Amino acid sequence: MTEMSRSAALPRQPVETERVRRPHEERAAWRLVAPAAMLIILILALPMAAVVALSLTDYQLGAEAWRFVGAANYADLAADPVFWRSIVNTVVYVVEVVAGSTALGLATALMLQGSSILAPVWRTVFFLPVMASLIAMAIVWEFMLHPTFGLVNGMLGLVGIAPVNWLQNSATALPALAVIGIWQQFGFAMVLFLAGLSGIPQALYDAAEMDGAPSAWSRFRLVTWPLLAPVTLFVVVISTIRSFQVFDTVHALTKGGPNKATEVLLYTMYAEGFEFFRTGRAAAIAVLFVAAMLVLTLTKVVVVEKRIHLK
Amino acid sequence: MSRLPKLPRGLSVASVLRNAALIALAAVTLAPFVWMVATSLKAPDEILTRDFHLWPHRFWAAENYASAFAAVPLGRYLLNGVVVTATILALQLLIAVPAAFALSKSEFRGRRLLFGAVLFGLLVPYHAIAVPLFVGLHALGLLDTYAALVTPFAISVFGIFLMRQFFQGIPGELVDAARMDGMSELAIVWRVMVPAAGPAISAFAIFSVVAHWNDYFWPLVAVSSDTLFTPPLGVVAFRNDDAGTSYGPLMAAATVIVLPLVAAFLLAQRRFLEGIAFAGFK
Repeated sequence: MTEMSRSAALPRQPVETERVRRPHEERAAWRLVAPAAMLIILILALPMAAVVALSLTDYQLGAEAWRFVGAANYADLAADPVFWRSIVNTVVYVVEVVAGSTALGLATALMLQGSSILAPVWRTVFFLPVMASLIAMAIVWEFMLHPTFGLVNGMLGLVGIAPVNWLQNSATALPALAVIGIWQQFGFAMVLFLAGLSGIPQALYDAAEMDGAPSAWSRFRLVTWPLLAPVTLFVVVISTIRSFQVFDTVHALTKGGPNKATEVLLYTMYAEGFEFFRTGRAAAIAVLFVAAMLVLTLTKVVVVEKRIHLK
Repeated sequence: MSRLPKLPRGLSVASVLRNAALIALAAVTLAPFVWMVATSLKAPDEILTRDFHLWPHRFWAAENYASAFAAVPLGRYLLNGVVVTATILALQLLIAVPAAFALSKSEFRGRRLLFGAVLFGLLVPYHAIAVPLFVGLHALGLLDTYAALVTPFAISVFGIFLMRQFFQGIPGELVDAARMDGMSELAIVWRVMVPAAGPAISAFAIFSVVAHWNDYFWPLVAVSSDTLFTPPLGVVAFRNDDAGTSYGPLMAAATVIVLPLVAAFLLAQRRFLEGIAFAGFK
């Protein structure tokens, strides 16, 4: 896995020595890339240009006429408290899920590292939620969070905690979705951490022990944590990108409610574009969404480079 | 920790604590799966109660699963899921593999431009271009068809990128020798490169199938007739139905939809871990 991920993560390869272009070879090559090139233009480049263009219009799906409105959609968004609420909620959700899944992923990876023959079993268990259809599991979570018949309130009742209507209470709805997000993602972080841990030479631990770092904690602080820092950064960025795209649980369980408590960016874009058909406005949100993703992904590229240099 | 009295190896206090923590975490991780399956086996009066027990007193599996398949065309949804994910994967491979080969092993004008476009495509999540794709499909009258479910994913820049990286590692001499033998470029792709690229192809296939079997956003946007629903849409439609409060059949439906990938994962774990870990590099 480490081998493959490293090769996939390499953003650039050394440029091959320039070969002579032979006309027939060039024609053959063009035939091979033509379908891909055409589809990249049709399905990626044109829509990308269109989303920017649409964001500058008042187009509504199905409307006869539309006009150029400049930055009006962006100005409207900036003046819309619901949109700001959506941004704040997204950021809160991302911070909670990233912190939770990174910490839990690291803790799990550390516990599995060098552990018994059971390690592959644990790994499978913790990775299971990453695989399972999130939407189906969201519906299971909804049932488990049911105020009266839910398992969660039932268990909390055993220790004397009064039942909570988790998804219908504006104080608990977003944290409840974040818990589902952490549950779903931490196994993914664990796999990346395990790969990172397997790259730390045992000799370093032995050396640390000889140099008077006897406790597991001091070895972690002196060896594991610094050597794992690039992987940790990488996990944080990837989890940020993934949790930034939260949509399924919101759409299926809360519809952005109660009282906009779970209104998040992608859900707002969906509602504007596909429920209210305010296409121009949805496009403006999409542009801002892409801008945020670009910043995150560029951070990732920088992190990947750094990680490779350290190895 | 090491100051504590020594116990037989494997029985130290640290290892007991560690295993206790792992067991607790595993219990929480598995709880939704276990509860889903357990509920799908219970009769209604055992579900809508505060008397929580895992194993059903009365075994109600046949009723629950039968009514899940009767209430909604669950079989149809699963079939749609298979058709859509298989078509997407086939198109992605058919288009990405030759392009990746040319990008890696041929010299042609526009190569750098194309590769730049691939790298840029990696940065854009499809959600962001969902609006124009929807408008475009609407203009073409293709909304609410299988084509609408598949088209946006016919090209996978991630697939091109991944395959190209893999092909870079295959020696150019192999390709040159095949060219000397008079093989066509297309024949080299399918008869020389593809057999050598097994691990990369299987990793990409797993990544793609998992992503599209579980995708909820795009099918939600693209189709509205329930004959075209994919499994995620189907299970939500079932929940929103009147049947939504009959948790037994609902959990049975969820089990049926989650099962195929979970079973495949349990059978081929290593490949899945590789395939899914790739998602991080997207």
